[in-house]
Amino acid sequence: MNAFTLVRRIAARPSIVFEALTTADGIAAWWGPDALPVVKAEIDPRVGGDYRVHFRTLDGGDHEAFGEILEIDPPTRLVMSWRYAFGGEPLEQGRVSRIEVDLRPIAGGVELTFNHSGLVNDASVASHTNGWTGSLDKLVGKFGEVAG
Amino acid sequence: MVNYQTADLDRVFSALVDPTRRAILARLEAEESLSVGELAQPFAIKLPAVMKHLDVLGQAGLITRSKHGRTVDVRLAPAPLREAADWLARYERFWSPALDRLAAFAEAEEAQARAAEAGEDGA
Repeated sequence: MNAFTLVRRIAARPSIVFEALTTADGIAAWWGPDALPVVKAEIDPRVGGDYRVHFRTLDGGDHEAFGEILEIDPPTRLVMSWRYAFGGEPLEQGRVSRIEVDLRPIAGGVELTFNHSGLVNDASVASHTNGWTGSLDKLVGKFGEVAG
Repeated sequence: MVNYQTADLDRVFSALVDPTRRAILARLEAEESLSVGELAQPFAIKLPAVMKHLDVLGQAGLITRSKHGRTVDVRLAPAPLREAADWLARYERFWSPALDRLAAFAEAEEAQARAAEAGEDGA
């Protein structure tokens, strides 16, 4: 499955991290690629419930992402669909991708694994956690890892 | 910068799924140009199979082929790869700082919760 994965170790109990992920106030505190405040966040945290986040970016962009909660298992797992109502990247228009968040208790906190998949239809893309620079060398290396 | 359509990116990613095709690309990155025969040499597959892989890479825009007499020279066309990598990197640029802020926010909430709990214990 084409995807990338990011991992963060957070010095907080799982319930607090889960709340940050699944409440409107929580989402509004961190969502988006830069530090501009979220315009509006809504979430109905149950299976089949919707979420919707309207945010702006420092480059002047105005975006709204929305989707459906596909799985919710507090405080360990959250799966939701993702697409843009407006804004986003032109290539994504109409595309639905999938976000999976898993929380695992570790000493002093929680390990959060964030996976965004389905970015391109019918294609297998390696996870890229180290920041691709676009060089063929790295790209081929990454694909090699997954194949191996 | 060229804006590739979604279908083009799908083709690029599909082409990259196959390890033989990735190996072909890696060799083409090292050498400026190789004939089909030279490309086929290290692989334990027959020439027609290599040609098929080259067709897939060609359709994805990842290589160019040019005929010189009886040989076909193959070259890497790196632009679609760069575009595909950039496209994926945009997602990371989106989520990575967001998760950093999520961590900072949760840790601040945790500190508050602990302070509140300490207060309750003291009371």
